[in-house]
Amino acid sequence: MSLTTRPVADPTTPTREGAFGHARTLSCRECGHQAPLGPHYACPECFGPLEVAYDFPTVTREQIEAGPRNIWRYKALLPVPDDIEQSPNTEPGFTRLLRADNLARELGLTRLWVKDDSTNPTNSFKDRVVACALSAARELHASVFACPSTGNLANAVAAAGARAGIRTVVFIPSNLEHPKQVNSAVYTDRLVAVNGSYDDVNRLASEIAGEEEGWAFVNVNVRPYYAEGSKTLGYEIAEQLGWRLPDQVVIPVASGSQLTKVDKAFRELVELGLVEDKPYRIFGAQATGCSPVSTAFKSGTDAVRPVRPDTIAKSLAIGNPADGVYVLDICRRTGGAVEDVSDDEVREGILLLARTEGIFTETAGGTTVGVLRKLVATGRLDPDLETVVINTGMGLKTLDAVADRVGAAATIEPSYDAFAATGLTG
Amino acid sequence: MSVQVRIPTILRTYTGGESEVSASGTTLAEVLDDLEGSYAGIRGRIVDETGELRRFVNVYVGNDDVRFLDNLATPTPDGTQVSVIPAVAGGC
Repeated sequence: MSLTTRPVADPTTPTREGAFGHARTLSCRECGHQAPLGPHYACPECFGPLEVAYDFPTVTREQIEAGPRNIWRYKALLPVPDDIEQSPNTEPGFTRLLRADNLARELGLTRLWVKDDSTNPTNSFKDRVVACALSAARELHASVFACPSTGNLANAVAAAGARAGIRTVVFIPSNLEHPKQVNSAVYTDRLVAVNGSYDDVNRLASEIAGEEEGWAFVNVNVRPYYAEGSKTLGYEIAEQLGWRLPDQVVIPVASGSQLTKVDKAFRELVELGLVEDKPYRIFGAQATGCSPVSTAFKSGTDAVRPVRPDTIAKSLAIGNPADGVYVLDICRRTGGAVEDVSDDEVREGILLLARTEGIFTETAGGTTVGVLRKLVATGRLDPDLETVVINTGMGLKTLDAVADRVGAAATIEPSYDAFAATGLTG
Repeated sequence: MSVQVRIPTILRTYTGGESEVSASGTTLAEVLDDLEGSYAGIRGRIVDETGELRRFVNVYVGNDDVRFLDNLATPTPDGTQVSVIPAVAGGC
């Protein structure tokens, strides 16, 4: 099978009115340059990231609550057409927001929730962003749906592409966790393993995007639309708390996109009058083996110096985070922080969440729980404020991280006496 | 020293649509100066007003990000490929 087949369509402009919903333009976050809606992601003036800007309609809580129990309940606030539900997609979102009293007690917090995105269709938050990217790809008539990925994104792209009937090609580092490779390969026979780091894979994708017409790389040339999907995490947290913003949120940071979009979601909800304005703090979580944003935060600089990642938290192993500077801005502006934890603390975070709340998280979630614990212990996160921690994905995809830390407490013959001898009775 | 420079889509308006062009120079800074001589205006898109690489552009000499090397002073041996690539988001 050839990977070099050139598609016939050139995705340059949407072909129907309302293809991107109420989105008005693409706006550069750095210099404010306005670009037309299309497959554009970098500002032609300064290379800054382009972001979707809207002319929002009036939206009420009642309208949203009457919508489907997935991300399309917020479709008026996303760059998708009004008839988005008519097109095949994986319908992610509206995942559970669990009150985490056991974990709260363990850490000394009074009010804690876990936003659990491991229950999305391919078991990570990536189904949200991919659903929005798929809509953009469809409206731009792209013929190939593609991504560079640390695993979760590849799973989501492959599954969404299969459901939509569009060809997918997904690129991953060849040393990626085996379960994440299998979780992509079941949906597509075009999984490409690249000998290199995630940053190398990203670079390759950028080069392919510049050469292959008709390819929609979800986090490259349709990135502005893709990234908007993460806003739904923020919308859902507010709605599930009874239409109010939490006091504090702890969010894992790889490129930093998710954290910036949760902040954008909170601000939009305030602007639209859907929640009351109030102060909130946003905290970023990194693994020490790939912590360029945490390092910059602690050193008080605005520059995020790239690093070569070395951590078990591979979905956070992005040494050159595109949105790192915005994470710094947001965490500083809101009175939050960016912190990092060691790989051992990542494993401890996974086990802590599993054994207190029955949620098996992947290494990114272990990182986030580990950072939550560290922030409480060091007094930077107020234990008496309402706190939400985001679990981005499912632990079954990163089993190896804890496989050698857990196992049978005893191996016995099938008799009561043998069981009693273990000391596990009572 | 002659090098090949890969041009991202958003800068191809400067190169007449060419995705790869030739330039010369013993360092990245000299290569960018030479590019400017051939394609006026392109240098200012890659470096900012202070003369530093813009923070959302990644430049590679060979396979290495120049921020792991000597930035604009990075040597560009004869035959090297220089790649100019916008930053890409990924992960969380």
